[in-house]
Amino acid sequence: MKIMKRTVLLLYGGVIAAPLYIVFISMFKSSQSFFASPLGWPKPFTLNNPITLFREQPMLQYFLNSVEVTFSTVLLELLLSTLIAFAIYCFGGKISAIVFALFTAGLIVPSQVNMLPIYSLSHKLGWTDHHYGLMLVSVALLMPVSVFMIAGFMKLLSHEIMEAASIDGAGEWQLYARFALPLSAPSIAAAATFLFVLVWNDLLIPMLMLNGKSKLTLPLAMLQFRGEFVTNYPMLLTGVVVTAIPMTVMFLFLQRYFVAGMMAGSLKG
Amino acid sequence: MRNRKLLWLFLLPGLLLYLAIFMYPTVTGLFYSFTNWDGVSPSYHLVGLDNYKDTLTSIVFRKALFNNVKFMIAVVLAQTAVSLGLALLLVKNHRIHVVLRALFFFPAVLSSVSVGLIWSFVYDPSLGLINAALDRLGADAWMQNWTGSTHIALYAIAFVQVWAHAGQMMIVFIAGLQTIPEELNEAARIDGAGRWQIFRRITWPLLAPSATIVVAYTTIQSFKAFDLIFTMTDGGPNYATEILTTYIYHTAFASYAFGPASAGSVIFLIVLSVLTALQFRLLRGNRIAYS
Repeated sequence: MKIMKRTVLLLYGGVIAAPLYIVFISMFKSSQSFFASPLGWPKPFTLNNPITLFREQPMLQYFLNSVEVTFSTVLLELLLSTLIAFAIYCFGGKISAIVFALFTAGLIVPSQVNMLPIYSLSHKLGWTDHHYGLMLVSVALLMPVSVFMIAGFMKLLSHEIMEAASIDGAGEWQLYARFALPLSAPSIAAAATFLFVLVWNDLLIPMLMLNGKSKLTLPLAMLQFRGEFVTNYPMLLTGVVVTAIPMTVMFLFLQRYFVAGMMAGSLKG
Repeated sequence: MRNRKLLWLFLLPGLLLYLAIFMYPTVTGLFYSFTNWDGVSPSYHLVGLDNYKDTLTSIVFRKALFNNVKFMIAVVLAQTAVSLGLALLLVKNHRIHVVLRALFFFPAVLSSVSVGLIWSFVYDPSLGLINAALDRLGADAWMQNWTGSTHIALYAIAFVQVWAHAGQMMIVFIAGLQTIPEELNEAARIDGAGRWQIFRRITWPLLAPSATIVVAYTTIQSFKAFDLIFTMTDGGPNYATEILTTYIYHTAFASYAFGPASAGSVIFLIVLSVLTALQFRLLRGNRIAYS
């Protein structure tokens, strides 16, 4: 039984790790050695691929674009939805129920359904090819998930503490900043990592809204590389590694929040 | 609370953005589905239900819908089985279990575009890992053009979807397994129950809520798939991997038929809503208690 268990885990580990490993070592191969032996150890070991990629492609620009779009989207998303969730928490009664239902109704509508009207709306508004346009659209589209998650966390805060603080003269703003935010910080961190993964990796919305080469985010840039480097797998795979590095590093350090965030995300459906 | 006006101020920025950029487009999308708009010209006409008639009778649309269903069934069966199996093997909090859980979860953190490009390479007929392995094992008769064959391509992508997300669903199962008190298993063991009996009589019934979540989530996720298929095959070869989302995208942006594409979106949304409603019923009717 033990041997069977180990064999299964080893096999599955291989299925997960082998592609990742091969992609990683391809980064250090010259084109010739790659084509001679795509799966072999890099010989000679070279850093030419990442160097060429950053020199000949605006890779740094793409990287910074992704960082800018992701950070601003997630921050604005968190700000707006914590405020909304706090208001839902405080209002109580019918208003809360209606507002909450209004936001969560959007959970059913995926962005693939909205892509045409959003494309034409952002054209009309002149948002196409601007990062702020992409940010605003992404924030709006993620609002149902984010409000759903954060309102769920805030629901668990104690009403007694808040009433006591309120009697002591704390206003709504103070209750939000000094009470609701700090007390739900771990859950907000989980929601934040979840949103981070979604925005950093998003393809569809950036694809609808960006076309200027200097504006592209990493997933879009990767697709464009595929067109340019049809025969140059090592270069393409180097791009994959570069795109994955930030999420991998974050995952290694913040694993707990990643898992918690994705759990909350999957429970929402 | 005393200051309701201030609370409305908390609510309004997000609410207005949401109504303007999410709800309004959803409604206009519904409207476009009754027009012959091409997405760019200033004028268009109402055409009634023509778009719906054309879409529902289109061979490509039907093929896409059918592919959606095939893809969904394949992913749901495989992903539920794999993630449950992994969870049963990795439920203890031993260090090696925790490390393996992290490794198996990791692909979920990568973008679908990255996953798609990685697997395009793994599946590559001449350079890829799989054909090389088959060749070395002497099974060269099984070597394939994995994403280029109309029979295999859809399932090859379903495999990648499971590769990327089974680890995430494993975590849901592990969370469920860890709520089952050890005394229950202990008692059953003392009463002489075998492993299979324990699984069949205790673990599985108590795991039902987690299983429902995994099945429901996987159903919706796989039905909405887009990025992976767009990256790996873009619907080809010969529409073998065309699903509703890629159909909508192609109809709108390759054929500039916004009206029919919108009709496709509305039909897609209706099917998805039915699936979601079923999911809610399942989730509600599946609470099990033990004491």
